[in-house]
Formats: sequence, structure tokens, C-alpha cells
Amino acid sequence: MNLVIVDYKAGNVQSVQFALERLGVQATLSADAETIKAADKVIFPGVGQAASAMAQLRARNLDKLLPTLEQPFFGVCLGMQLLCQHSEEGDTELLNIIPLPVKHFETELKVPHMGWNQLEKLQSPLFDGLQEKEYAYYVHSYYVPLSEYTIAQTSYPEPFSAALNYKNFYAAQFHPEKSGAAGSQILKNFLAI
Amino acid sequence: MLTKRIIPCLDIKDGRCVKGVQFENIRDAGDPVELAKWYAQQGADELVFLDITATNEGRKTFAELVRDIARHIDIPFTVGGGIGAVEDVEVLLQNGADKVSINSSAIKNPQLVEELARHFGSQCVTVAIDTKYTDASGWKVYTRAGTIETEHATIDWARKVVDLGAGEILLTSMNNDGTKAGFALDITKAVSEAVSVPVIASGGAGTMQHFADAFQLANADAALAASLFHFRELDIPDLKHFLKTQGVDERI
Repeated sequence: MNLVIVDYKAGNVQSVQFALERLGVQATLSADAETIKAADKVIFPGVGQAASAMAQLRARNLDKLLPTLEQPFFGVCLGMQLLCQHSEEGDTELLNIIPLPVKHFETELKVPHMGWNQLEKLQSPLFDGLQEKEYAYYVHSYYVPLSEYTIAQTSYPEPFSAALNYKNFYAAQFHPEKSGAAGSQILKNFLAI
Repeated sequence: MLTKRIIPCLDIKDGRCVKGVQFENIRDAGDPVELAKWYAQQGADELVFLDITATNEGRKTFAELVRDIARHIDIPFTVGGGIGAVEDVEVLLQNGADKVSINSSAIKNPQLVEELARHFGSQCVTVAIDTKYTDASGWKVYTRAGTIETEHATIDWARKVVDLGAGEILLTSMNNDGTKAGFALDITKAVSEAVSVPVIASGGAGTMQHFADAFQLANADAALAASLFHFRELDIPDLKHFLKTQGVDERI
């Protein structure tokens, strides 16, 4: 399988590549349009700040390319948020692939939402072999509300989108590459889609 | 429910794991990658690696070690020690670290916290605070491995670094560190209430009840220990089961 990780200097690119290596899969890191277009599957990691990530994508013309992709695509953490329409983080226009907003947590609880929390209402082949209430690792201050594209949810304290699916675009707010055996299973499931 | 995190801390010198008792009297506690894998299997929620190497050469060894750790473990980890600039952090994050922890360099240059948050996001910036209580000064921030008292009152400093963009506070009480008499509950609670970001309690863990107290009495979001875990005085699965029976949410 020709698997490409979109490389735009996002912090967790290396971690995602290592997680795939542990599954016995070699992924190519690339920001090249032709390489990405030719991939069987694309993984889009991301940590950090929305506006600076968008600037990195624009600098590589990836903001134009990514919305046109048709192969199975998996956005992780900030990589999920960037697929949406608009983020309250720095009032940033995003890739606008999935018509959803990204909002800041307004809660008495600690922000960032950091640590292990439970995945609920799992409804996608992405979660094959996982139990309800499985734990995943999160670290984020912004979230995507529940929507018709939500395929799993987590509560902090209100439920939000833990994962999304829209056409060929899958996305997870948590870090499957850092979520132990459950996370590995989710990556494996994506590779099987 | 978001669970309370249990975090083993590994001190690293020249690529090997050591543990300072009261930051002195260092003992070798093994290969960091093997130890990290073992902790991940045991159910540790996260790991912290502190580089106490002083040389530039040692720093390069540490960056390679970070990469090796990231290759082998599937839980998040924070790295700290000797970070003075944005470029240092870039290397560590690109090698697979999830968060960085800065301590003395934040005191020397508070703007570094802001720069790091802007470049990499607050979620990967942990500010470590070494604090010590004296009758003369109250709870003050200490620097240089806890040897020098600064002018900063602990709570004010915690508020300041969070305003600058810290996404987490790692609070170590120098009075409690190495004593096994329990975490410093009063200052941990005060800091946790003063800031909006998660607080890791550190220094003084000796029993399972100490962890329960840190979570339930001091409102810590995570608790860190080193030699207690390294020398198998306390096993993480036993600890987590105990905490669960005490009503603390744990990932088991």
C-alpha cells in the first residue's frame, strides 16, 4: 500500500510515522502534490496553532490540494480541526472540507483537555474491534461540536466530536498514535478502509 | 470521564536513566527505552524524561534518545532539561516528543514561554516550577535544580506563565521531594485553583494514599513520581486499582 503522511512540519508527524512502523507499515512523508495525489491513503497529522498550521499549508499550496483528494484520508487532532470551516483559534479560516465550526472549550474544567478520556457512541468501521468507553489520549483546547458527521463522541463535560467522517475524509480529535493498543487498532482499521 | 494521570519520571544523563534523591546522590536505574516500554505496559498514562546532562554532546544524545523512545512507546511523553530556545524545542518535537517542559529558562526569559506557545501551541508547553517553603519567604520559586531562591511567589509565577501561554504546570515541592511523606497538598491545591490549566503534583509520594490525597484533597490533574516506581516500591496497576476504589477516575 502506498501510504503518505502529509508533511508540513506539524509536530506529531514523526510520532504518526512511528506508530505505523509499529504496525509494520512504511509510510512516506511528503508535501509534494503529485506524491500525495498518487497515494492509496493519506494521513494528515497536526498539533499546534490553527493559523500557523494554515500558513504552513498555504506555503506548500496544500490548502488547494487537500480538499480535492478522493482516497481515504485521516486527519488527526489539529489535522481534524483543519478540515473544518472556521476556528475560533485566531479567528482562522480553515480548509472548509467539512462544514463544521471549531470552538474553544468554555468550561469550569481545566483547559487544555489533556489526558485519557472515553470514546462513546462508536459508529464507524474505524472503531472495529473496540469497546464502547475505550480510552484515548487527548490534548486540545478547541473542539468540534456534535454533528451529523460525528462517528464517536467524548464528554468534557459536554459531549463533543471525538471523530468525524465526511465522504472519504475521516478524522480524530484524539491521538491514535499515542493511545496505546486502542489507538493502534484505530490506525489499523483506517488502513483497512 | 477524563482520568487522573499517573506519570513516572525518568532522569536521563548521557542517555542513561538516573534518579537523584533530593536532586543529589544519583543512582543508575536502567535503560530509558526499556523502562519506558515497561511503564507503558504497566498502564502509566504518560512519561516525563528530564535530561540532566550538562554538555552539548550529551544534548545530541538526548535528542537521539527521544527519537528512540518515540519509536517504541505508544503513550505520550514530555521531555525537559536544558531547553533555552525555540530551536531546541523544534528538535525535540520533531523527534517525537509530545510536550516539552521548561524550568530555569522560563525564569531567565519569561518571553520564551510565549514564543513556544505561539510556535507550537500551548498544549505542548509545560512549565516546571520547583517550589520551596521557608518561614521567612513563604512558597517561593527556586531555580537551577532547586538551589537558588527567586523573587517569584509560587502562585503569582504560576499565573504569570499560564498567561504567557503555558498549557500545563509541573509543580515540584523541594520540601517534600525525596521524603516519601506525601505531596505538598496546600501549595498544589492553591496553584491548581489559581490557574485554568492542568497541574501535575510532584515530590514526596510514598504511599498509594498520597496519590489519592493529591487528586482528592489538592485537586491535582496528574501525579508524578520517580524512584517509588523505579525501585518497584509501588506498582502502577496496584496504585490505579486502589485509586479507583477510592473514587478517583483512572484508566485501567
